[in-house]
Amino acid sequence: MTVVTTPDPRTVSHLHPRGSFRVADHPVPTGKEEIWRFTPTGKLADFFDDTLARESLGVTVDGPAEVRRLDMGQSPRGTALTPVDRAAAIAAGTPTATHLYVGAETTDTIRVSVRGTGAETPTADHLVIEAAPDACATIVITHTGQARHIGNVEILVGESARLTVVSIQDWDPGSVHLGQVEALVAKDAVYRHIAVSLGGDIVRLQNNVSYATEGGEAELLGVYFADAGQHLEHRLFVDHTHPKGISHVDYRGALHGDGARSVWVGDVLIRPTARSIETYESSKNLVLSDGCRAHAVPNLEIETGEIVSAGHSATTGRFDDEQLFYLRSRGIDEVQARRLVVRGFFSTILARIGIEDVEAALMARIDTELAFDKEN
Amino acid sequence: MTNRSLDIRDLHVSVETEWGPKPILKGVNLCVKPGEVHAIMGPNGSGKSTLAYSLSGHPKYTITSGSVLLDGVELVGMSVDERAREGLFLAMQYPVEIPGVSVANFLRTAKTAIDGQAPPLRTWVKQVNASLASMQLDSEFSSRSVNEGFSGGEKKRNEVVQLELLNPKYAVMDETDSGLDIDALRIVSEGVNRYIDQGDRGVLLITHYTRLLHYIKPQFVHVFVDGHIVEEGDATLADSLEKTGYEQWLKAEA
Ligand SMILES: Nc1ncnc2c1ncn2[C@@H]1O[C@H](COP(=O)(O)OP(=O)(O)OP(=O)(O)O)[C@@H](O)[C@H]1O
Ligand SMILES: [Mg+2]
Repeated sequence: MTVVTTPDPRTVSHLHPRGSFRVADHPVPTGKEEIWRFTPTGKLADFFDDTLARESLGVTVDGPAEVRRLDMGQSPRGTALTPVDRAAAIAAGTPTATHLYVGAETTDTIRVSVRGTGAETPTADHLVIEAAPDACATIVITHTGQARHIGNVEILVGESARLTVVSIQDWDPGSVHLGQVEALVAKDAVYRHIAVSLGGDIVRLQNNVSYATEGGEAELLGVYFADAGQHLEHRLFVDHTHPKGISHVDYRGALHGDGARSVWVGDVLIRPTARSIETYESSKNLVLSDGCRAHAVPNLEIETGEIVSAGHSATTGRFDDEQLFYLRSRGIDEVQARRLVVRGFFSTILARIGIEDVEAALMARIDTELAFDKEN
Repeated sequence: MTNRSLDIRDLHVSVETEWGPKPILKGVNLCVKPGEVHAIMGPNGSGKSTLAYSLSGHPKYTITSGSVLLDGVELVGMSVDERAREGLFLAMQYPVEIPGVSVANFLRTAKTAIDGQAPPLRTWVKQVNASLASMQLDSEFSSRSVNEGFSGGEKKRNEVVQLELLNPKYAVMDETDSGLDIDALRIVSEGVNRYIDQGDRGVLLITHYTRLLHYIKPQFVHVFVDGHIVEEGDATLADSLEKTGYEQWLKAEA
């Protein structure tokens, strides 16, 4: 054993490759790598090609945020996010990034729209969200249209800020979306990320969090509904580098139809320096038909004995017969009973968004995913 | 005129086990007419809940022979929800938790399904609140998930709220009195009595405690042992059971 006198809080963990801005440091994936083993890399060759010219999808921002451009190397770009895979490194290298600055006086919702214009042109963007100290805001990013897109989101949560970022992936069929989302949480800040993945052939998001200093709270929530042929992958990495941090992960997914596939990887690393932290992660999958597969891989790596609590759970199951029986014994027919159970399953997470029209629209969208029931 | 009753005839039921089907009900005969209250008492494991679940159509139980007629309509072969819409209600011994589905939404959906049309919004909310209040459940219960985190007694009271609001023709109450404190037992009994006092509803009351039968007066008491009824009588039978227990029948069955 090597004794390190001044521990580097960012020592390499087997859970996670060391990041690098150099695309060449991330070899083209073969699909055998730990981080790519669930992904259909064969369908993604263009995403790993760094010679391709990529356009920007740009963002439409509605709400009280200052929008600026950030050149390569211009602060705060690169403060929170170091690319951990090749696609993310390519997007991180886009010449101009968009900077969304949320001031301390902000209380409103900021709505950001990213709209794809077709799958012919590969696109890449790097978005930097910066919440000032004491800011209190919710940002809803909605991805629609058709695209083959790499979208990085770098998030800086200032001291005592409360920031919720909702990322809705509701692409049209034929779309692919890869990207790295990474937040750096300052002292006493509360950061919440809610990923909602519904549409798109392949969505693969690498969602990371680390802490700038002592304290800080991160909540990573997610909802996804994979139907026939869809691959929805959410990879989480919470890096407890400092003492007294809190992290909670709660992802829920439903799968239906032939070849529907979901991947949830929850890596939580508690470094030797991260004393007195608290973490819990949970993944729940509801398998609604034959022919789908849900992968759920929780990884909890604890390098210090002095923590408050750490735990994880992952469940994958079909409808609970007793729940359906109870509802049906009250006259509710099977289709509606199933619908109620699925809505209920997702509602606890969606309710955390806290914006009524967004929640209602997503619930309605989930209802359309459930419309297969009508055919039965 | 059809024969108005919940008529159970020679009902045989098996449960699916690892070792194959296991017969639980061995010929149950029982007829509940509108306005009647029947109590079923019997030892643990004798099949009382099996009877209740089988009437409702729980998928775990297979009716191997016999018939259940609700006002002349055969329930055997019908789906769970069809039976409920025919007018059968089961207050469960162990009500199920349904995360994320609010009591309000659940009640409204159920009422709409049973009546075939949505209840008028304004009077409905009042009715729900009144019913919750009569069961001494705070109105915040309507925004909570169905049975989730409810105490044992609260779950039972929620079953009676549903009985009151859905107002079925026939109600099977499986140990609704178990786990209730003294006050709750009175409150729940009053709720069931309001339902009975309509005069044209039938009740099948499964219980272990004569105490309940001092609040809700049955006209008939049935002793249930090893999957069928072994003795029938009026309310006084419950009192004598209190003294003798089930031993005489258990010996005879052995
Ligand atoms: N899946 C099963 N496998 C084996 N036996 C079963 C199964 N389900 C039920 N049983 C048995 O059926 C019998 C009847 O059970 P039931 O729940 O109907 O009894 P009960 O009369 O309601 O008892 P209690 O008074 O304890 O509520 C019991 O012996 C029970 O163990
Ligand atoms: Mg029972």
